[in-house]
Amino acid sequence: MATTGRRPTDPDRWEREIFRAAPERDAPFSTMSGEPIKPLYTEADLPAGVGGDRDPIGLPGEYPYTRGVYGSMYRGRLWTMRQFAGYGTAAETNRRFRYLLDHGQTGLSTAFDMPSLMGLDSDHPRSEGEVGREGVAVDSLEDMETLFSGIPLDEVTVSMTINAPAAIMLAFYVVAAERQGVPADQLGGTIQTDILKEYIAQKEWCFPVDPAMRLVGDMIEWCSGQMPRWHPVSISGYHIREAGSTAAQELAFTLKDGLTYVEQAVARGLDVDDFAPRLSFFFNAHIDFFEEIAKYRAARRIWARELRETFGARKPESWRMRFHTQTAGVSLTAQQPLNNIVRTAIEALAGVLGGTQSLHTNSFDEALALPTENAVRVALRTQQIIAEETGVANTIDPLGGSYFVEALTDRMEEQAYEYFARIDQLGGMVQAVKQGFPQHEIADAAFRYQRELESGVRRMVGVNAYTEGDDLGPEILRIDPAFEVEQVRRVQRVRERRDSERAQRALVSLVDAARDPARNLMPLLIEAARADCTEGEMVSALQTVFGSYREAPVF
Amino acid sequence: MPPTTEKKIRVVVAKPGLDGHDRGAKIIARALRDAGMEVIYTGLHQTPEQIVETVIQEDADAVGLSILSGAHMTLVPRVLELLREQGADDVVVTLGGTIPSEDVKELKELGVAEVFTPGASTEQAVDFIRSAVRS
Repeated sequence: MATTGRRPTDPDRWEREIFRAAPERDAPFSTMSGEPIKPLYTEADLPAGVGGDRDPIGLPGEYPYTRGVYGSMYRGRLWTMRQFAGYGTAAETNRRFRYLLDHGQTGLSTAFDMPSLMGLDSDHPRSEGEVGREGVAVDSLEDMETLFSGIPLDEVTVSMTINAPAAIMLAFYVVAAERQGVPADQLGGTIQTDILKEYIAQKEWCFPVDPAMRLVGDMIEWCSGQMPRWHPVSISGYHIREAGSTAAQELAFTLKDGLTYVEQAVARGLDVDDFAPRLSFFFNAHIDFFEEIAKYRAARRIWARELRETFGARKPESWRMRFHTQTAGVSLTAQQPLNNIVRTAIEALAGVLGGTQSLHTNSFDEALALPTENAVRVALRTQQIIAEETGVANTIDPLGGSYFVEALTDRMEEQAYEYFARIDQLGGMVQAVKQGFPQHEIADAAFRYQRELESGVRRMVGVNAYTEGDDLGPEILRIDPAFEVEQVRRVQRVRERRDSERAQRALVSLVDAARDPARNLMPLLIEAARADCTEGEMVSALQTVFGSYREAPVF
Repeated sequence: MPPTTEKKIRVVVAKPGLDGHDRGAKIIARALRDAGMEVIYTGLHQTPEQIVETVIQEDADAVGLSILSGAHMTLVPRVLELLREQGADDVVVTLGGTIPSEDVKELKELGVAEVFTPGASTEQAVDFIRSAVRS
């Protein structure tokens, strides 16, 4: 045998003889979720079955979609750059929307204020001081019409981040579009509607879990018939992660929420292939680069397998997990805020290398307040730089086959299934949520992370390391309190001007229908929207049947 | 050596307003408890009236408010006012959240003892409450 002077590739020997020859620096060498990371990954770490009949990696656009849901990915079309925006009144946000469209943004994403998220009208006593602060106030059909005035709803896709009262907002939106001359079946976009993650993490609710789940089912059912281009649910891990979960928890709880919606819709008698292609996902992009990429790849593979093998979906569109990504708000620091531009760029790159369909990049001033126009532009430009300058979109899934990324993808998948098993033991996700299981797991992880940060095990630049020289505080966006006064007047005017008998009739019919679990509430909500009933009135009407929700305050 | 019979500090951790961001409140509640304090967590979506009622009922030494909705200039002054009305203005009031620096100044003038903004450590909060209550 000829000798080449090369020794066989043996990772164990390498580690013993070569790697251990020098000491390691003092660092945790684990992902931010605590997953230990080896010094080197090799072919031996690739999953079993690569290249075989049941190849876990495969090719883009083919089952199990580990490498991407579409055959052409960004060679065909770049991701949608979709910046989340909303503050003040509908007219104010409408101006921000047009600004973003003028600057090359390709889709809209609506942030609602806290009263809107909680189903309270702007003139409700509990809304005082909150109107238009963290998003736009939408109380009625009139507000929804103003929000999208001059924006062609048959051309732009719109995303709406609202959950507990999602069915009501969708009703406003459908009627607002109708008045623009755009029928419901031509509307493209997404409404979040993911109520399970509200109880788990975001905590904006109107009703108890079971009736809230019914409303989700009503929307899925109604949209599958009436809005073929619409995504009635965006199953969201974003808020779960922001609340402090690990990447694996984000993956596991989000997918389990999604599988629970599928289960429920199938139990209603819907054919899985009639609605599954319209489900979409929403993930966080946190700062641990490879962990995030592995999370997206594992998510696609699990979803494809569960839809095909557990639910028997036959259409490839049902197996494909398409998702939106937002960079991690929680990773931003109030200290040295310009550093946040760098964090956001790295996180956004993880989303892109993970194969996201759309992306929101946070603005550097968001640890201080809602973003200013300048900061928003830098955030959008960050995506444009990734798309146009870096070359990362030249080839599909450039990290596919990386020993490390594939091994981490597998590990993520394994951890997700471990959580699925624990949730199933509790009787499924709805039960687990009622018992506070995911809520508790997240609080534990958040506390652990905070401890690591404070003990200095984890370092955060500007916060517990390299703290000297804070940037000058950037200019921040102040919400004019006059918006609240104006909005309160607007909703009161709507109530004064409308045909009050028609509004009353619509609410009475809504309550009647709510009492019968077999009835779909969407058509009744649409009629109530047409009758100029306000969001708060519809929620209150439904609460007379459904009741309201209060979480047991545990920490 | 005298026995350590010092009364435990009682703190109400409260989430006024409509926002559901409870990560910080829960972390602070755990840290205060681990530091040996008696912690009462109100849960989410509390009105100023509910919070002050809890403070009075629990005979708390301090109340930590956590607000990330931007409504602090409405909610915090009301909590302070209600505490005064109830003769409980000796209760140490702290605030945590995304609070712009001009608002910090104004809130302190109104009677908030300390404001903790993003990046503050739990240790700072624990130390502050301990010394503010004991002084």
